[in-house]
Amino acid sequence: MNQGAETAAKAEDGAPIIRVDGLTAGYDDFILLDKLNFDVRRGEVFVILGGSGCGKSTLLKHMIGLYEPKAGHVFIDGDDIVTAEGDARKAILRKIGVMYQSGALFGSMTLLENVRLPLEEYTDLDFEAIDLIGRMKLELVALEQFTGHLPAAISGGMQKRAAIARAMALDPMILFLDEPSAGLDPITSASLDALIRRLAENLGVTFVIVTHELASIFAIADRVIMLDKRKKGIIAEGDPRVLRDTSTDPWVRQFFLREPDAVAA
Amino acid sequence: MAALAVTDSDAGRVLALSGRLDAGTIGAIWRDARQALAGAAGRPIVVDAAGVDYCDGAGIALIVDLLRQRKKGEVEVANLKPAFVALLNQFDIAVLDHDLDPEPKRLRAVEEIGAITSGVWHDIREQVEFIGEMVAAMAYAVRHPSSVRWRDVWLICEHVGADALPIVALISFLLGVILAFQSAIPMKKFGAEIFVADLIGLAMLRELGPLMTAILLAGRSGAAFAAEIGTMKVNQEVDALTTMGLDPVRFLVTPRIIAALLMTPLLTLFADLVSLLGGALTLQSFSIPFITFVHEVEGIVDFSDFMAGFVKTFVFAVLIAGIGCLRGLQTSAGASSVGDAATRAVVSGIILLVIVDGVFAVVYFFLDI
Repeated sequence: MNQGAETAAKAEDGAPIIRVDGLTAGYDDFILLDKLNFDVRRGEVFVILGGSGCGKSTLLKHMIGLYEPKAGHVFIDGDDIVTAEGDARKAILRKIGVMYQSGALFGSMTLLENVRLPLEEYTDLDFEAIDLIGRMKLELVALEQFTGHLPAAISGGMQKRAAIARAMALDPMILFLDEPSAGLDPITSASLDALIRRLAENLGVTFVIVTHELASIFAIADRVIMLDKRKKGIIAEGDPRVLRDTSTDPWVRQFFLREPDAVAA
Repeated sequence: MAALAVTDSDAGRVLALSGRLDAGTIGAIWRDARQALAGAAGRPIVVDAAGVDYCDGAGIALIVDLLRQRKKGEVEVANLKPAFVALLNQFDIAVLDHDLDPEPKRLRAVEEIGAITSGVWHDIREQVEFIGEMVAAMAYAVRHPSSVRWRDVWLICEHVGADALPIVALISFLLGVILAFQSAIPMKKFGAEIFVADLIGLAMLRELGPLMTAILLAGRSGAAFAAEIGTMKVNQEVDALTTMGLDPVRFLVTPRIIAALLMTPLLTLFADLVSLLGGALTLQSFSIPFITFVHEVEGIVDFSDFMAGFVKTFVFAVLIAGIGCLRGLQTSAGASSVGDAATRAVVSGIILLVIVDGVFAVVYFFLDI
C-alpha cells in the first residue's frame, strides 16, 4: 500500500496525527512559547502563522525534534519525538519530511542525487529502482528536466521544489515546510501553493507549513494557528477565511487586514 | 545657518532658534542651548522655533534633547511649523530617556576567568563526546563497510591526497635542501659533510617528514573540512541530515577520516623521498655523489626508524580530519562563523599535532626505538 492510500485510510479514525502538549520553548532564560497545546489532523494543510519573531520557526524545529523543549511533548502519530532516542527516534523521523527555508539541498550533489539519498540510506532497493523513484519525485514537482543540475545552477523556486521532492522521497506521512514562499516572486509562489494543494489532495499527505504570506495562507490552508509574541502562545485557531471575517481579536484582524502597528504607522 | 538667541523676561527664559537646523549647522548652538538651559535653573523655558526654516532628524534631536533636560512641562516648544511638529511627535521622550535594551555588563576579572574556564571545559567535553561518536562511527564502518559512502571517500582522497602532491613536494624538497645546506657548511670544516646524509635520513624519516606533512594537511585539508561542514551547518544541510534520521558524524565525518587515514601515510612517504632527493642533490655540490648518499642513508636508517615515523602518520591523520570535522560541526550561524571554524581547525589541529608528536618522542625514548 502506498503512503498516500495508507494515510487516507488512517484519516478515517479521526485521531490527530500530531499532538503538541504543553510545549514550552525558548532560549536560555527567555521563554518564547509558553505551554502550547494544539492538534494537527490527518490529511490537512495546517499553517502556523504570526508576525516576525513570534516563534513560528522555533515551534517547527521543536515539532521535528531539532530543538529540545523546556517542557512538554510533541506526539507524531502517537509517539513522543521529545523523549524518543535511537531506533525509536529514527522510526518517527521516517514518518516526516522537512523542507527548510533555504532548501538545504546538498550543494555537492545533483537534484536527483539529493532525492536518491534518503532512498539509498533507508531502503535496500536496486539502484535502478531508486533512480526511478527519484526521477518520479522530481517529476511530481515538475523538475524532470533538471535532474542532473546542481542546486546552485537552478533558481530559488526550483530549489524549494527540489527540496519538497527530497522531503517526499520516502513518502512520509507529514511534510513540514518552513516558509516555502519566502523570497519568491508572486507567480512562482502561486505555483508552489498549487503544488502543495495538489500533493495534499492527491497523496493525502499532511502538511505543516510555517508562513506569513497572506495570499499563500488563503490559497492552501485548511486550518491555521496564529502565534503572538506578546501572549507567547496561540491567539487564534481555525479556518483562516472565517478568522479573517469574524475574529474580534484586534491582533488577528490586524494581521489578516495587513494593518501596521501603531508605532510603524 | 542656524542661530540661537537667548532672552530673559519675567515669564522665564526664551531660546529662539532660527535658520536651518541640520547635522552640519547645529553643533555650536546645541552646546550654547544646553548652557542657556542650565543657567536658568528653576525658571520656565520656552524654545521659540518661529524662525526655523528647515529641520531634519538632527534638528529634532536638538529639540528633544532640550525637552528632556527638565521635568515634563518645564520646557515648552512654541511656534514650530506643523511639518516639524509631525516629525517631533514621532518620538516619546520618556522612552528615549531609558535604555530599554542595555548592553550586557562587562564581567569582572574573576567572572571572566570563570567564563573562560567554563568555555574550555565545555569545549573539552564536546571533544570527548565527539571522539566517542567518531570511534562508534568508525567501528560501525568497519562492521558494515557497505554503509560507507565510498564515492565520497575517493573524492575526498583526491582532494586530500593527489591535489596536495605539488605543495607537499615543494615544501619537502626545500626542507631537504635547507637542512643539507645549513648542516653541510659547518660540517665541512671538520671534513664530516658525509654525515649530513645521516642527519637528513634520520630527521626526515623519524620526525620532520611526518610532522611537516601533517602540518601542511592541517592547514590545507583540516581547514577545508571545517569550512565545508561549517557551510553545510549554516545552510541547514546538517539539520536536513538529522531530520532524515541520518547521523551527521557517520555521513560527513567517517568518509573524511577514512580518506585522511589512507592519504596521510602515502603523502608522508612521498615527502620523505622528495626531501631525501633534495638533500642528495644539494650534497652533490659538496662533492658527495648520489650513490654515496644512498649508501650512507641505507647504513644509518633502519626499519624501526622508518616505522617510528610511519606509525605516527595514522594518528596525525585522525587528528587532522577529526578536529577539522568537529570545528565544522561546532559552527554556529553566520558567514563569519565559517571562517572562525576554519581558523580554529588549523590552530587547534597544529597544537594537537605538536603535543602528540612530543608524546611520541617520549614514548619512543622509553621504548628505546
